[in-house]
Amino acid sequence: MSLTLINVLFAVVAAIGFAALNAAYLVWCERKGAGFFQRRPGPMENGPWGLLQPPVDGIKLMTKQLVIPGGVDKALFMVAPVLAMFPAIMSFVTIPFSENIVAQNMNIGVLMIFAFASMGSMAILFAGWGSRNKYALMSSVRGVSQAIAYEVPMLITVITIVMITGSMDLRAIALDQSGGFWQWNILALTKSPLMPVSFLIFFVCTLAETNRAPFDLGEAESELVAGFHTEYSSMGFGLFFMGEYANIVIGSCLTTLLFLGGWGCPFGLFPGVWWFLLKIYLLIFTFIWIRWTFPRTTIYGLLNLSWKILIPFSLFNLLLTAGLLKVF
Amino acid sequence: MTPSSVVAAGPGLLTADGLTGLIFLIMVAITFIGGIIACSAERLIRAVAGLVVCFIGVAALYYFLNSPFVAMMQMLIYVGAVSVTIAFAIMLAAPEEKKKHGPAGPLAGPLGFITAGLCSIGMIVLALKTEFISLPKVNMGSVETIGIQLLTDYSMVFELVSVVLLIAILGSLVIARGGRHK
Repeated sequence: MSLTLINVLFAVVAAIGFAALNAAYLVWCERKGAGFFQRRPGPMENGPWGLLQPPVDGIKLMTKQLVIPGGVDKALFMVAPVLAMFPAIMSFVTIPFSENIVAQNMNIGVLMIFAFASMGSMAILFAGWGSRNKYALMSSVRGVSQAIAYEVPMLITVITIVMITGSMDLRAIALDQSGGFWQWNILALTKSPLMPVSFLIFFVCTLAETNRAPFDLGEAESELVAGFHTEYSSMGFGLFFMGEYANIVIGSCLTTLLFLGGWGCPFGLFPGVWWFLLKIYLLIFTFIWIRWTFPRTTIYGLLNLSWKILIPFSLFNLLLTAGLLKVF
Repeated sequence: MTPSSVVAAGPGLLTADGLTGLIFLIMVAITFIGGIIACSAERLIRAVAGLVVCFIGVAALYYFLNSPFVAMMQMLIYVGAVSVTIAFAIMLAAPEEKKKHGPAGPLAGPLGFITAGLCSIGMIVLALKTEFISLPKVNMGSVETIGIQLLTDYSMVFELVSVVLLIAILGSLVIARGGRHK
């Protein structure tokens, strides 16, 4: 076996391992965080601080029967959970964790992540339609209209960043911001005075694209039972769940790389993977914080926010940045 | 290196060439299977699923041909946008799934196969007879180069694409307007 083949295998195992480990332990973080915000201890029975909860949950999910209800479209029903998890793992391939830690750096890394992320809405569609369940169908219609609505401002914001850097290479984008926090794209006020707003737009879009509260209209328990995964049991449900958390990690990685300087230190000291991990886990904490603090919005509020506020703002920022880049 | 030369020369499966040929054949198979599902599925939503598989196969072929940018665009636009929009339209328009029914068109059956055969023979003959001019390689998917090339050497193509989009928008408007008076 040649060295490159070993490298490829190592990268594949590392990407899957990182995605799966995060997906498993973010559930624990989520439940602990929920407990913290609601003044209760959260999981604490299995192991110290409930740390053994994720493996126990995993064993439970895997040993349960995978019930396929009669009347479902079996092929779509089975394909959907895989489609939910697969793009998330693929995206990890091109995310640089530090200057040297990256599975396969591509000069169109940003594009690749969005190309695979756009497959996520196919999973919701197939799950909702394949289940032959009214709640699931409603949920998938919501989920897809939401995904379409928020992909637009998100991509426009990314184009702004790509224009500033002149590259779609995630590594180049992060290196462009090295030096200190005043170099980060979130504070690139000379390029465009609206960059902090841009960051906010991107972050809101990430929340919406990953179906997180307050934008989790797709799985609004009070209206739609459990949304598109109502009919799923066992690891079918488990894969959707893991896919969601893996997507959150990717969203945080992308936000960090595009706006927060990637693996750079805020004060220009010791850049490295630790800063990257610190930043993404802070962002993930913010995700959890927002979820347990804000109530769920309505579908009209959600779509209005995107089409009437976020898209015009991001378009304006794009034009402003283009103009400023041309003039100066 | 064409796949036929790989098969004809018959390098071992575990050599680099053999593996490359195998991967190429797998991609072609994915594209074909997706296309067959898209054409022959009884339920509309499955046809869309087949279309997605077909698009992914085509994207993989683009990647195989050393143009990752086109491959990713194929994924982003065709899988992520076009297929989702089609599936969405099906969901909104036909809530109850009907299986295909009604008499088959005049081209179904043997005539269809003959037409398809003639078309593919024509394409194969054309492909074999044409002398392909290899264009200079545009830098490996760098956005800057692609942008410059699109707006200088290939501006005609760029403009024509916008005409296609315009026609699509007009067509959808005509359909939507017609629908309201019915």
